[in-house]
Amino acid sequence: MLTNLLKESGPREVFCGLTSIVWLHRRMPDAFFLVVGSRTCAHLIQSAAGVMIFAEPRFGTAILSERDLAGLADAQEELDRVARDLLQRRPEIRTLFLVGSCPSEVIKLDLARAAERLNASLSGRVRVVNYSGSGIETTFTQGEDGALAALVPTLPARDEPQLLLVGTLAHAVEDRLITLFQRMGIATVRSFPPRLSTDCPPVGRGTRMLLCQPYLSDTSRELQARGAELIRAPYPLGAEGSRLWMEAAARAWGIDEPIIRATLDPLSARARQALEPHRQRLQGKRIFLLPDSQLELPLARFLHRECGMALVEVGTPYLHRDLMEEELKLLPADTRVVEGQHVEQQLDRVRQAHPDLVVCGMGLANPLEAEGIATKWSIELVFSPIHGIDQAGDLAELFSRPLVRHGALAFA
Amino acid sequence: MDLTLWTYEGPPHVGAMRIAASMEGVHFVLHAPQGDTYADLLFTMIERRDRRPPVTYTTFQARDLSGDTAELVKRHVREAVDRFQPDALLVGESCTAELIQDQPGALAAGMGLELPVVSLELPAYSKKENWGAAETLYQLVRGLLQHLRPGSTDHDPCAWRRQERRPRVNLIGPSLLGFRCRDDVLEIRRLLEAHGIEVNAVVPLAARVTDVERLPLADANVCLVPEVAEPCCTWLERHFGQPFTRTVPIGIGATTDFLKELHSLLGLEAPDPREAQRQSRLPWYAASVDSTYLTGKRVFIFGDGSHALAAARIAQQELGFTVVGLGTYSREMARPVRAAARELGLEALITDDYLSVEAAMADAAPELVLGTQMERHSAKRLGIPCAVISTPMHVQDVPARYAPQMGWEGANVIFDSWVHPLMMGLEEHLIGMFRHDFEFVDDQPSHLGHLGSADTAKPSGSDFDAAGSEPDPAANLNVELQWTRDGEAELKKIPFFVRGKVKRNTECFARQQGKYQIDSETLYDAKAHFNT
Ligand code: SF4
Ligand code: SF4
Repeated sequence: MLTNLLKESGPREVFCGLTSIVWLHRRMPDAFFLVVGSRTCAHLIQSAAGVMIFAEPRFGTAILSERDLAGLADAQEELDRVARDLLQRRPEIRTLFLVGSCPSEVIKLDLARAAERLNASLSGRVRVVNYSGSGIETTFTQGEDGALAALVPTLPARDEPQLLLVGTLAHAVEDRLITLFQRMGIATVRSFPPRLSTDCPPVGRGTRMLLCQPYLSDTSRELQARGAELIRAPYPLGAEGSRLWMEAAARAWGIDEPIIRATLDPLSARARQALEPHRQRLQGKRIFLLPDSQLELPLARFLHRECGMALVEVGTPYLHRDLMEEELKLLPADTRVVEGQHVEQQLDRVRQAHPDLVVCGMGLANPLEAEGIATKWSIELVFSPIHGIDQAGDLAELFSRPLVRHGALAFA
Repeated sequence: MDLTLWTYEGPPHVGAMRIAASMEGVHFVLHAPQGDTYADLLFTMIERRDRRPPVTYTTFQARDLSGDTAELVKRHVREAVDRFQPDALLVGESCTAELIQDQPGALAAGMGLELPVVSLELPAYSKKENWGAAETLYQLVRGLLQHLRPGSTDHDPCAWRRQERRPRVNLIGPSLLGFRCRDDVLEIRRLLEAHGIEVNAVVPLAARVTDVERLPLADANVCLVPEVAEPCCTWLERHFGQPFTRTVPIGIGATTDFLKELHSLLGLEAPDPREAQRQSRLPWYAASVDSTYLTGKRVFIFGDGSHALAAARIAQQELGFTVVGLGTYSREMARPVRAAARELGLEALITDDYLSVEAAMADAAPELVLGTQMERHSAKRLGIPCAVISTPMHVQDVPARYAPQMGWEGANVIFDSWVHPLMMGLEEHLIGMFRHDFEFVDDQPSHLGHLGSADTAKPSGSDFDAAGSEPDPAANLNVELQWTRDGEAELKKIPFFVRGKVKRNTECFARQQGKYQIDSETLYDAKAHFNT
């Protein structure tokens, strides 16, 4: 077990949970995310999403004004009006997420009540759920956890045996994983969140679930409360983690070892081949992961064990020991894992260690590049299809490319 | 409560950050939750700055709310001062902190710090980014200068003559995240130098506290970016008697007027009115026969106040366009924009709802849109060419090359960037002449790839042939290769823009392996094989 676990507190530099709307709205195109917040919230999602992938957004902000802050009854009515206008303008919407923010939480605007009222008045045409993505409660990827946890009560109850993959995956990756599970003999494999918000999987005592993402603690707890059983495994990043993750499910299904091996061995061999050129570039290079996406531990494990990188420090916004247990076991015992952040002190350590590569948020990347340190945006890792054995090479490429680039540039 | 899908301006504290980040030696402590740190990326990514903005966020969390957030503020102030040793400190709060009413400014002021501390009130629920920038600049300048008793209440902008020196002015308002401010400052410096006028201080861009302290030494102020500079210029006029210019020098006419205005403020002889013809290409290019086709082109204009006003004047008077829509999201500038619109026989669109801008745009059916990044998106949807003239901006609005909007060179840049999205006159003419030739069967898409009509250039290789259509085995050179259903299905999942390449690679790989059937496994094998 790790001996070098530290906690740090101070100014942080991480996105708030609203940011996950950026990928959730793409996963479920029949849903709309209505943030109830301030101009800052609107500006945040626009800046986090807009600069990267501007699209006709399926998210928006109901901006609180002075009038709303004055009397709360008024705010509930206003929210009704905004929601109705929106649904009228966007009749294709089937699920409306009311997303709480810092301001709405501080003024204690009751979004659950609003959701209930809207549900009653829309009588099933649109389903309204609420969760919080506020920066005083959640960081970055935790927003997805909140959104999914809010959907769990709407899932139909069914006890049939099924494997449930929990967490947003790229479509192609999802298809591939399902094919592979079925090839091993797991007949029913479903995903949550679904590709359409109206196409929610059932849940019940026959459900066994694998978490595709490590930040889904509330969702997994809610699903367990509905009868689902959590299969413990490392996360499906890298060939090794993905294999252990798939094997865990296969074993839970009692599938014979030879079948598991016959299915996964060729994949592992192929992944080794795909990884090799990247491993050669990454081997022995030193990496520093700043806390952001909550994928830091699984990534560190992959980068160390499969790419041969040296881990200078692994930051994580918070450490959910239970969900990270299998990952922690695979990290070298002396890995410095730092939970929380004091961004200035952490950057001091980055400068002191001068690693070859830093994984960080978008605000920090260019300043570090200017100091001669190659970086990788952590947000890219939540957007890219990186899960599964077949993606291990692509995942490694995301880290080797900045190094290749640094090597490629020469100015006389 | 207002529904916003996209906003033209950030909250007022982002405006304050723009001032702090523009300057050297000014640090900003912002009482805000962790998510508000996103604002850093505006500077480090959109402006591609090589350092973080000088902002310390308190990043309080819900669990802090039950405790002592005031202590948290003080701790961050102390740490920031120790670590960054600024020459002046700004203290403010974001929307959430405003609700918990810690009054960080007062807290910091009570800490006995040995540096100027400016406390900012940034009402996030009623004001926006430009207002925040203007207010911050004004508070900072006032905070640093108000103790100076004006030497004499009768400031003489012509004192330079008596003192036997060159006249000097301050350039006020250019900031980070302002549209092309960096280049505009250079251009205006050049322009003034050519007229023997010295620049005393530029504030806030690249200014230090000492530059602010030197402001009173100037004979007059140039209010370069009214959205940011006006309250500051007004105060300097009230407190020190420094007059300031009202004209924003964007375009030929405005630059000429600006020079006239400044010369008269400083008691200089009026400049040669023919200077524009000599210094800028716009007047001649606009008069050249190739520009005949621009006559009456219908343009729709929307942006911040100054740029929208400037664009309207240039469009109508200097390029011979017909303005069919004019509006701004800057409510502070609503009045002059309304007046300008009225003169054009239009009703100004004053709104920050981009959807209503899009609707007005669709309604006006212009041939060219001059707008913000948002109008660029809307125009693209409507199939109308567009040039970006105003914030909010995208990384592409911070070009590597020199591209001012102001002064003579600015006019050149404007000519190019507005006219290029349109078909050039000669081109339009030739296409008209050869309309019946077989090459011109469709309505011509020209270089406007986004106009939506079919791309006439035939894809040369097989690269793009698979885009969206069924892979056609008969089209392969080697007919014996066969994609299985499963392989085809897998192939279709690959984004269209790389699908052609993947297909080719996979087939090549299959041939090497002596395989005749390509299934999903072959595809993955090939992927691994080529993955280097
Ligand atoms: S990488 Fe930066 S510049 Fe390029 S699209 Fe994304 S945000 Fe824009
Ligand atoms: S941190 Fe809070 S106030 Fe800031 S953007 Fe996130 S939810 Fe909105």
